[in-house]
Amino acid sequence: MNTLRAKYADEIQAILAKYPPEHKRSAVMPLLYLAQREAGYVTVQAMAEIAEILEISITDVASIVGFYTLYYDQPHGRYHIQVCTDLPCALRGAEDFLKALCQALGVEVGQVTPDGLFVIEEVKCIGACHRAPVFQVQGDGEIVFHENQTLETALAVIEALRQKAQQEKEGTA
Amino acid sequence: MKMIRSMVLVSGDSLSLERGAEQVLQALQNEIQAFGLSDEVSVMMIGDVGRHDALPMVIVYPEAAVYGPVRPEDVHYLVEEHLYKGRIANDLLAPVRELSGRIAWVAARKGTLPAEQRIVLRRVGLINPDDIEEYILHDGYTALGKVLTEMTPNEVIEEIKKSGLRGRGGAGFPTGAKWSFVAREKSAKKYIICNADESEPGTFKDRIILEGDPHSIIEAMAIAGYAVGADEGYIYVRGEYLLAQERLRRAIEQAREMGFLGKNIFGTDFSFDIHIHTGAGAYICGEETALIESIEGKRGQPRSRPPFPTTYGLWGKPTVVNNVETLANVPPIVLNGADWYRRFGTPSSPGTKVYTILGNVNVTGVIEVPMGITLREVINIYAKGMKGGAAFKLAQTGGSSGSLIPASLQDTPMDFDSYAKAGVALGSGALLICDENTCVVDLVKVLMNFFRKESCGKCNPCRIGTQRAYEIMCAIAEGRGKMEDLDQLLWLSENMYLLSNCGLGQTAGTPIKDMLKHFRAEVEAHIALHVCPTGVCKIKAFA
Repeated sequence: MNTLRAKYADEIQAILAKYPPEHKRSAVMPLLYLAQREAGYVTVQAMAEIAEILEISITDVASIVGFYTLYYDQPHGRYHIQVCTDLPCALRGAEDFLKALCQALGVEVGQVTPDGLFVIEEVKCIGACHRAPVFQVQGDGEIVFHENQTLETALAVIEALRQKAQQEKEGTA
Repeated sequence: MKMIRSMVLVSGDSLSLERGAEQVLQALQNEIQAFGLSDEVSVMMIGDVGRHDALPMVIVYPEAAVYGPVRPEDVHYLVEEHLYKGRIANDLLAPVRELSGRIAWVAARKGTLPAEQRIVLRRVGLINPDDIEEYILHDGYTALGKVLTEMTPNEVIEEIKKSGLRGRGGAGFPTGAKWSFVAREKSAKKYIICNADESEPGTFKDRIILEGDPHSIIEAMAIAGYAVGADEGYIYVRGEYLLAQERLRRAIEQAREMGFLGKNIFGTDFSFDIHIHTGAGAYICGEETALIESIEGKRGQPRSRPPFPTTYGLWGKPTVVNNVETLANVPPIVLNGADWYRRFGTPSSPGTKVYTILGNVNVTGVIEVPMGITLREVINIYAKGMKGGAAFKLAQTGGSSGSLIPASLQDTPMDFDSYAKAGVALGSGALLICDENTCVVDLVKVLMNFFRKESCGKCNPCRIGTQRAYEIMCAIAEGRGKMEDLDQLLWLSENMYLLSNCGLGQTAGTPIKDMLKHFRAEVEAHIALHVCPTGVCKIKAFA
C-alpha cells in the first residue's frame, strides 16, 4: 500500500499536473520534499513509494536524494543550525563563530546534540552576506534567519528553542 | 479621489513596539490630521525594516528619508518640516549605517544616501509584494498589455535587441539574440525558464527582486513567451529561498485570477502559464543545462553543449533560460523603448546593474547603478569608504567565479567589455571589498574549498582539479608550500579552463590565475619565507 499516495492524493495530483504526463519523473524533487515534510527525513519506504508513483527505479530516486544537499536520508536533529562559511562570511569571522558554537554545544559539524534537538551544519551562501556571522534555523517546517550573530546571541536562540521543545514535551506529558 | 503624495512607514518589529512605535504612529496620525494632510499622506505600520540601530524608525517616501529613533514628541516637528514644508528634517535622520535590501531606497533619495538609478528595483520596498493591485497601480502588466495588443513577436525581439540588454547572470550574453534563436526554431512546444537558483556566494540581488517585486518576473516571462512562441514557463528557485517561493506562488495565483496568466490573455489568442520548481541545495543547478536536468527530475549535472538549450532544452524543446535580473529589465524596456534604456550605462553594456556590496567598507548592502560606474566610485560614494580608513587591496566580483580586482583596476568602468578587456570578469554582481588586512592566500583557499564542495563530479578536470588546487592552497597557507606548487596551480587552472564541461570548472581557476598575476609576491612570501605578510595565516606573521 502506498501510504504517501493514500494520504496526499490531491497534493500529489497537483504536483504531477505541473509537468507533462510523459515526463512524470520531473516530480521527483517536489515529492521528496513532501515525503521529508511527512517524516522529517526521506525514508526508504518513501523512496520506494515515490519510485512507484513516478514509474522509475528506487535507485533513481535514491540518486536524487544523494545529489542534493537539502534532502536527508537519515533521521536528524529537529533543528538544523546552518552556518554559512563562504568567503564573505569567512571575512566577517564566520569560521571562528562556527568553531565556538560547536564547542559550546559539545558537538562537531554534522553531529546531533544528545537531546536529539540540534544539528550544526556548515552551509554555502544563504544570501545574507553583509550581516555575517549569520545562521539559519531550519525546523518545524520553516526557516528563520539570525543575522549579525555572536556566540551569546546564538546560544540564546538555541536556548529558546530548547525551552520551546521542553514545554511541548511537558504539555503532552 | 485621494492623491497620495507621501507615504510614511513606521517600523513595527518587537523592539520598535517596545520602544513606543505605537505611540509614534498615533502621534503621526494626529499631526497629519492637524496639518490637514490626511488626503495626501498615507501612514502605516510595517514589520521589520531591516536595521535595528535606531528604532523606532519612520521612513518617508518618495524621498526615502529614514528617521530614527523617533520619539512621540519629535513627531510634530517631523510632520511640519517634512510633510508640510517639504524639507528633510536633517537633525532627526537616522545615522547612515547600512543599506538594507528590505528598505527600499528610491532613485531620488535626498535623505541619507547618494542617488541610485533604479530600474530593476524601482518598485522593491515601495509596493506590497503580496498585492497584485499595487503592482498594477505602479504600471504593472502594462508592458504585457502593450506587446499583446500593439506589437508583433518579432517587434518585441527587435526592441530587446536594440536595447542592448545583456544577461545579468554573469556571462553577459545578448538577451535579444538568445530570444531570436528560440523564436526561429520550428517547434510546437517551447519553454521559458527563469533561473532563480542564485547561489554565488555574496550575491543576493535576485532574492531582493523576487521577494520585493515577484510580479515583474511573471510579466517578463509572459512577454518572453509571446516573443518566442512559448506557452509555458518554469521558475527554478533555490530551495533555501522560502520567502521568495511563497511570494512567487501567491503572485502566480493572483495573476491567474486576474487573467494575466492562463488562456487568452488580454482577450488575445496568446496563452501562458508558469510553474515553480524548487531546487534542493546544489550550486551547480545555476548552470543552465544542469538546471534543465534538475527540472527533468535528474541529478543536476550539466549537459554537453552544443546543442544549446535554445535548440534542445527542457525535454528536448527549444528553451529560453534567463536570469531574474535580466527578466526584470524587460517590462521597462518594452514600456519606455530601447532608446530610453540606452541612455543608461555604456554603449556596449546599456542599462543598470544591481550590486551587492560586502566586505571591509562602511556601508554594505544592495545598490542599482548604471553600468560603467567604477569600483572607486562604488567604494567611496555608495559604500562610504573603507572601514577604519584602511587601504583598499582587492575586490572579488560575481561570487566565486568572479575575478580578483586589484587596486590598479579601480578606475576601470564596470561593464562587460571594459572588464573583459582588462582580463577580469564582472560576474553576477557581488562586490566583496577587501582591505589591506586580507590575506590573498587565505581568501583563495576559502574559494577553492567552495568549488571543491560544489563540483558536481561529472567531469574529471573539475572534480579532481578543484580538490588538488584546494590542497595546494592549504599547504601554502600552512607554510608547507613549494615554489613548484605555483606552476602546478597555473597548470591546473589552465586545464580546468580548457577541459571542463561547464562554467563551474572553467572559471574555478580564475581566482588562482588572478592571485598569481596580481599578488604573486605575497604568495611567494608564504612559501619562501614562511611568513604571512598580513598575519592572517597561522604561520609566522611578518615581523
